[in-house]
Amino acid sequence: MPPSVPSQGTNRGRVLVVDDDAALAEMLGIVLRREGYEPAFVSDGARAVAAFQQLRPDLVLLDLMLPGRNGLQICADIRTTSTVPIVMLTAKGDTIDIVQGLEAGADDYVTKPFKPVELVARVRAQLRRGESVQAESLAIGDVQIDVPAHQVTRDGTAIGLTPLEFDLLVALARKPRQVFTRELLLEQVWGYRHAADTRLVNVHVQRLRAKVERDPENPEVVLTVRGVGYKAGPP
Amino acid sequence: MSTTTGDSAVGDTDQVPRVAVPRPPDRPRRSPSELRAAVRRRLRRTRRRAIVRTGRLIRRAVHAWRGSLQLRVGAITMLVAGVLVVVVSLVLFRQISDQLLGAKQRAAIAQSLSGVQYAQSEVGGIATGDSASIRSTLQRTVENLQSRGGAAGDFDVVMVYRSGDDERPASSRRDIWAALPADLRAQVADGSQAYRYAPVSDAGGRPVPTLLVGAPVPTEGQSGDRVEVYFAFPLDQEQATLEGIRSTVGITCVVLTLFVAGIGVLVTRLVVDPVRRAAGGAQRLAEGHLEERLAVRGEDDLARLATSFNAMADSLQRQITQLEGLSQLQQRFTSDVSHELRTPLTTVQMAASVLHEAREDFDPAVARSAELLQNELNRFEMLLSDLLEISRYDAGAAVLEPEPQDLVPLVARVVEGMSALAARHDCELRVLTPPVPVIAEVDGRRVGRVLRNLVGNAIEHGRGEPVEITLAASSSAAAITVRDHGIGLTPADAQHVFDRFWRADASRVRTIGGSGLGLSISLEDARLHGGWLQVWGLPGQGAQFRLTVPMTAGAELTSSPLPLRPPFLPPVRSRS
Repeated sequence: MPPSVPSQGTNRGRVLVVDDDAALAEMLGIVLRREGYEPAFVSDGARAVAAFQQLRPDLVLLDLMLPGRNGLQICADIRTTSTVPIVMLTAKGDTIDIVQGLEAGADDYVTKPFKPVELVARVRAQLRRGESVQAESLAIGDVQIDVPAHQVTRDGTAIGLTPLEFDLLVALARKPRQVFTRELLLEQVWGYRHAADTRLVNVHVQRLRAKVERDPENPEVVLTVRGVGYKAGPP
Repeated sequence: MSTTTGDSAVGDTDQVPRVAVPRPPDRPRRSPSELRAAVRRRLRRTRRRAIVRTGRLIRRAVHAWRGSLQLRVGAITMLVAGVLVVVVSLVLFRQISDQLLGAKQRAAIAQSLSGVQYAQSEVGGIATGDSASIRSTLQRTVENLQSRGGAAGDFDVVMVYRSGDDERPASSRRDIWAALPADLRAQVADGSQAYRYAPVSDAGGRPVPTLLVGAPVPTEGQSGDRVEVYFAFPLDQEQATLEGIRSTVGITCVVLTLFVAGIGVLVTRLVVDPVRRAAGGAQRLAEGHLEERLAVRGEDDLARLATSFNAMADSLQRQITQLEGLSQLQQRFTSDVSHELRTPLTTVQMAASVLHEAREDFDPAVARSAELLQNELNRFEMLLSDLLEISRYDAGAAVLEPEPQDLVPLVARVVEGMSALAARHDCELRVLTPPVPVIAEVDGRRVGRVLRNLVGNAIEHGRGEPVEITLAASSSAAAITVRDHGIGLTPADAQHVFDRFWRADASRVRTIGGSGLGLSISLEDARLHGGWLQVWGLPGQGAQFRLTVPMTAGAELTSSPLPLRPPFLPPVRSRS
C-alpha cells in the first residue's frame, strides 16, 4: 500500500501511522481524523523511513512488530535525521521491549489494547511540546539553554536534543532547587495525569545524560536523588 | 576493679572467654590471703584454659579423623604395620642373638674342656709343692693356657688353688678373680663344671658382658686341696654385632612402617582422588554447570564411577535443556498470543469506544448494547492481561526491576487511585505511614499492583467499614498491612485465598470485576521480591493481608515489622 494522504477537517498536525494491521490502522485513522489530525499510513516496515522522508509528519505512531523491518530499527533510523516525536504501539508489556524502544529513541508508548482517549492524550501531549514559549535563558553548570530558540549549548557548541529531552532538561532547569519525583516529571513532561510507567523517565534521563554530561557515569547536570528522583545540578 | 574480694573474683572466673582487664597502676597492696586467692584463681584459670585448649584440639582431631578417609587409612595402616614389624623383628633379633651366643658358648665350653685337660697335666702334682712353687706353677699354667688360644677368641684365665679356706688365685688379668660371681664359684667348688654370663670390667674399667666358664681341675693329693680354672670370654664383639643388628632392625622397623603407611595413603589417594573429583563434579553440576563431566581413565571401578556420573550429567542436562526449551516455547507462545490477541482487541476496543461516545444518537436498545460492549471489553481486557501476567510467571519470564524508592508516597498514590472505588462503597480508607521516608529496593510497579489488589479486595469485602492501610519498616524489611472489618475469612478460606479463580463466596456480586487471578499474581509478585504475602482472618472479624518485602533486593527475610494478626480485636458486632 503506497502512502496515502486523505485530507479532511481542520488540520492539527500530520500523523504517520506505521502499522501492518489494516483494521487497526483504519481504526486509528478514524479516531485521529475525529480529533482533527491528518493521518497517513504505511503498512510495510521497509518503506517506513522513505515514507517519513517524503511526508515529513509532525508525529509518528509506530508499531514495534512489523513485517519487513523491525520497529526498533525504524525508530533508530528516524532519530538519526529527525527529532520528530515518536509514540510506539506495543503489544508486549515486557519491560525489555519497552526499554529497548525508548532507548531506540521513542518518546512515549501505548500498550495494546488502548482506548482512543489514551492514544489521543499521548498524541496531543507530544504535539503540544514547544508550543508555549517564553523568552527565557537557563543554565545548569556550563550547559546553556535558550528556551525560545530550542537550543542547548556547551562552550558555544550546540547539543542536539529531541523536543522531549529538551523539555525534560528545561523542566529540571526551571526549578533548580526542586527534587523532581519521576511521577512529577511524567506529569510535567509527558502530560500524564496519573502515574504511569516511571521507566519512561529513567530511560530518557539516561539518553539526556548521554548527550549533555561530560561523563555520564558521574553526572553533573542531571543529578539522581536516591530514593526520590532527579534534580538539576548547580547552575 | 579496685576492690577485688574473693567472692566477686570467683564469680569472675566463671566466664570462660575472658577479657584481660588492665589494672590501675596504683592498686592497693594485697594481704597474703588475697594473694593466695589470686594465685588459686590464676591456677584455676590456667587449668581451665588448658582444658579448653585440649578440648579444642581433641575436637579438631576428631573432625580430621572423621573428615578424611586418607588420614584414617594412613593411621590404621601405620598402626597395624608397626605392631607387625615390631613383633617380627623382636622374634628375629632373639633368634640371631641366641644363635650367636650359642655358638660362642659351645666354642667356649670346648675350649674350657681342653684347657682343663691341659691344666690337669700341668698341675697334676701341685699339691706336693710349697706355696711359692704352687703360685709359679699356677701362673705359668695360666700364661700357657692363655697363649694356647682357641676357636672361642681371646679370653682370660684364672686358676685358683684352694686349700680349706685358703684361696690362692693366679690370673691373666687382675680384676677377673673379684668379678667371678659367688654362685658360680660355689657350683665349681662343688665339683661340677658351670658357666655364667656376668659383666666384667675390661682393662679400661668398662663393664663388658662376659661368658664365664669354670671347672675343677682334678689333682692327685689331699682331698682338701683343689685347683679350679675359670675362663672369661669377653662378649664385646658379639655385643657390638648385636648392637649393630639391633639398630639396623630398629631403623628397618621405622622405615618399613612408614613405607607401608605411605603405600596405604598412596593407595587411598588413588581411590579417594577420583571420588573427590566426582564429588566436586556433582557439586558444580548442582550449582548449574551442566556441562561438567569427569575424565574417564581405564576400565576399573573408578572409571565406571566416572562413566555413570557422566551418564547422569548427560541425562540431567538433556532434561533441563528440554525443560528450558519448553519454557522458551511457553514464553514465545505467551508473547505471540499477547500480540495476536491484543491487536484485534485494540481495534475492537477503539470501535466500541467510538460507538460508546456516540450512544446518545442511537435508540435505547442499541445504546445500551454499546455500553455493555464497552464494559465487557474492559473486563475481557483485564482478564487477558491477568492471564498473560500469570503465564509469564509460570514460564519463569517475570523479571524483578528493583529500584530504591520511598514506599510512603507509593502507598499514598495507590490509596488516591482507589479513592473513587472507596467512595462508591461508602468506605473510608485510613492510612498509617511513618513520618520518615521508607526507602526500599522494590519493583514499584509490582508493589503498587499488589497494594491496589489488596485495597480493592478490602473495599469490596469490607461491608462499608473502614479499611486500614499500615506501613512500617525495620532495618531489614518493610511491611504493609491492609485490614478490613468485613465478613472475614474462615481458616479454610484463608488456605484458598491465593488459589487461582477462587472466590470467597460464589454467590457474591463482584463490583470491580476482578479476574480471580489478582491475589495469585500478588503472591507471585511478593515471591519475586523474596517477600511474603500472608493473610489472617476470622469470620465476623474481618481479614488482614500483610505484604513483607526485604529492604535490599535479594536479602532474605527473617521477620516482619508488623504483626499478621491484629493486636486488638473488637467484639463481634451483629449486623443485619
